[in-house]
Amino acid sequence: MAKKPLLEFTDRGIYCAQGKFYIDPWKPVDDAVITHAHADHAYWGHKHYLAHHLSREVLLYRLGEINLQTVEYGETVLKNGVSISLYPAGHVIGSAQIRVEYKGEVWVVSGDYKVENDGISTPFEPVKCHHFISECTFGMPVYQWKPQVQTFNEINNWWHNNIENGLATVIVGYSLGKAQRILQNLDLFNGKVYTHGVIENTNEALRRNGVLLNPTERITQESLKEEVRKGIIIAPPSSVGTAWMRKFQPYSFGYCSGWMAIRGAKRRRAADRGFVLSDHADWDGLISAIDATGCECVYLTHGYTATFSRYLNEIGFNAREVHTLYGGEEDPSNLPEGEASNAGESEKKVLPLGENLGGVS
Amino acid sequence: MKAFAQLFLSLDETNKTNEKVKVLKDYFNTVPDTDKMHMLALFTGRRPKRQINSTLVRNWAVEASHIPAWLFEESYHVVGDLAETMALLMPQSNASSSKTLTEWIAEINALQDKTEEQKKEWLMESWAMLDSQERFVFNKLLTGSFRVGVSQNLVIKALADISGLEPAVLTHRVMGSWLPETYQFSQLMEEQDAEANISRPYPFFLAYPIQETSEKQKTPAEVGIALGDAADWQAEWKWDGIRAQMIKRGGEIFIWSRGEDLATEKFPELHPFLNALPDGTVIDGEILSFQNGQPLPFNVLQTRIGRKNLSKKILEESPVAVISYDCLEYNGEDIRYKTQAERREVLERLQSETQYPEVFRISSLIQFETWEQLGNIREQSRAMIAEGIMLKRKSAAYQVGRKRGDWWKWKIDPLSVDAVMIYAQKGHGRRADLYTDYTFAVWDGDKLVPFAKAYSGLTDAEINKVDYFIKRNTIEKFGPVRTVKPELVFEIGFEGINKSTRHKSGIALRFPRILRWRHDKPKEEADTLDSLKALLGE
Repeated sequence: MAKKPLLEFTDRGIYCAQGKFYIDPWKPVDDAVITHAHADHAYWGHKHYLAHHLSREVLLYRLGEINLQTVEYGETVLKNGVSISLYPAGHVIGSAQIRVEYKGEVWVVSGDYKVENDGISTPFEPVKCHHFISECTFGMPVYQWKPQVQTFNEINNWWHNNIENGLATVIVGYSLGKAQRILQNLDLFNGKVYTHGVIENTNEALRRNGVLLNPTERITQESLKEEVRKGIIIAPPSSVGTAWMRKFQPYSFGYCSGWMAIRGAKRRRAADRGFVLSDHADWDGLISAIDATGCECVYLTHGYTATFSRYLNEIGFNAREVHTLYGGEEDPSNLPEGEASNAGESEKKVLPLGENLGGVS
Repeated sequence: MKAFAQLFLSLDETNKTNEKVKVLKDYFNTVPDTDKMHMLALFTGRRPKRQINSTLVRNWAVEASHIPAWLFEESYHVVGDLAETMALLMPQSNASSSKTLTEWIAEINALQDKTEEQKKEWLMESWAMLDSQERFVFNKLLTGSFRVGVSQNLVIKALADISGLEPAVLTHRVMGSWLPETYQFSQLMEEQDAEANISRPYPFFLAYPIQETSEKQKTPAEVGIALGDAADWQAEWKWDGIRAQMIKRGGEIFIWSRGEDLATEKFPELHPFLNALPDGTVIDGEILSFQNGQPLPFNVLQTRIGRKNLSKKILEESPVAVISYDCLEYNGEDIRYKTQAERREVLERLQSETQYPEVFRISSLIQFETWEQLGNIREQSRAMIAEGIMLKRKSAAYQVGRKRGDWWKWKIDPLSVDAVMIYAQKGHGRRADLYTDYTFAVWDGDKLVPFAKAYSGLTDAEINKVDYFIKRNTIEKFGPVRTVKPELVFEIGFEGINKSTRHKSGIALRFPRILRWRHDKPKEEADTLDSLKALLGE
């Protein structure tokens, strides 16, 4: 009889029977190891959580009172003889790949990752393993990112022109990850940075965690429209088209996402500007990351899994698709309302001034 | 090419009409005149002749991209645009070309006499000379699918701002057949139109729909409130044929369809009456198939539109005639400024003098006193093989384009059935990577028989929900087509139904589209093939 694999794919998530723990489970379990704090990876309701130090405050802010243990990158935790250690995934601040080892067999779960150093998340580190469980959100060769410095030049120029034309500038990106990446790369000589409440709450959580972020100002009822117009506003995707955003009119609104690489997706978004900026690896990034693990087998959890696995098999990898509920950055413009909580961040129900999110169910 | 590539990029970077016009003006103000005319030709649908067939371009692009052909195809389905897919897949390049648009188009046209090998060499070299945005517009030139998300009206607006000429005058001057190689920008901008091209048609005046959507029916009383006194209006049947403008000038005849295609040779039956018209006459009307003095359904005409050669058999089976309804030029004078009633008189006189009254017909006026009465007459549209009623204000001039106010179409409700979605395919352009093209089926016993494809009719939010359903309920994939779990029911509307030997269902629909999503209906309650066939009549 074939040996039982160290990690298996179950209807609750990725499971280690030997260590009796799950990685990024989507149904309540006793023991969960979490790659990062995005809603499709960190669900509410587990009895025990293990994550990286830098995810601590965001997890507590998003999930409320949870039983949370945090570790440093490279530190080892033992569960029933299985050793667990975290390595940087470069996706967002505090994101980790989970390395699991038992009797010399090594598995790595990537969570979400990117290989470019964004200057704020700890940069991705390849980890040697026998089995690699990888995302492939952008696993099509049409997705090839330019170095981020080019994109930020475009963003800063656009902001500058808006100021000259008397337009407010609203830039949209996810509240954990994209928002801080944008914030740290803006040219602050242009003006002040304002934030939507949901984003400011995340920023505050990160600051409590000791992360140094550029200064921001939360938009409140008292914010003066004329002052805000001279700066830039960072807002979450859920605020697009809401009354909250309309009150800054006239404005130019830019959307930051990997999906913006395709004209059709950009036009569908109806943003004034689409900036190609992703926290996921592009085509070349995925292939180089998989190659660097030296793995015998790669499992693809979400993204263009069918196409990407076929290609990997053709070029000599042993790749297969697995079914999970991760859908991280599935183009949110494609998601029906009410399904959004399943993918990316569920910010729909959040009050504009950013009250505690409570449980994400 | 840099300026042209930048034009595309800048147009993509804004959704605001005023900014688009500004971008267009900036372009016109910076490039040489010949480039202006080439750009104008491209933006008004006059693309250069395809010199390399698209299969070859595709194959060579696969080669230049160093990926397998199947992966190129999959990428194309994600991107939904061939030119863009090719540009995205080729290795990044920092090259940039200083050749102008005019020079590139001349090179493309010069390929005509080249061998396949020479074409390939030229293409590979050209790609290597361009950066990715330039490659994208260059590929657009090559593959000739030039839809840019900028209406002709915006380009005309930009030119009007620059020149001080009226938009209507410019719209007229860019009509018909002209070549960017010979039509000079200075001619286009002249204060007074010099000797115009004798084939040039006038811009069509288009009617506005009285009901914006089929769900919001307007009652005769509501029509009355909107349009005022019934006596101010002329009513005609709305014929379902090919809108055409027929020109007799300088002893020559020209037939233009609404898409600005010169279709003179497609309708030989019309030549005798047109040749007999006095010089300097332009008539607006509808071309339809006729038999024994009765119009035939559109699909009869459709069978001959696509044919290259009109065989004797086709000419016998679907002979055409014109139902004329307006006269735009008489005695060489542009009479579009005259009132509807005055132009109608001119038309009636012309038609009464023809020797060919079977072919040169006139759209008869519907007599009515009240809107209520007209509403009742409208109910007979289907029996008249008409799509509804046209309303034209008697005092109105013949205008340019689709304008609210003086011409209205009051169409009848479409026919409809409830059908189950069974196949889906990804869309193109702004619907790329989304399942938006669906095939629908009705019950034939316990089997679902496909009978129509429809692409439009849902809101963006509904499309997202259907896409979400499809991605999670796929039974099988055949290339780009997915077989979907039969579950979702939609009401499908259509303008007409005919027998067909080419379709499994035995029927063909005219203008099928989605009227609404029937969340309330389980699939078992969708309609049957028999109920569809019952609509066939005899």
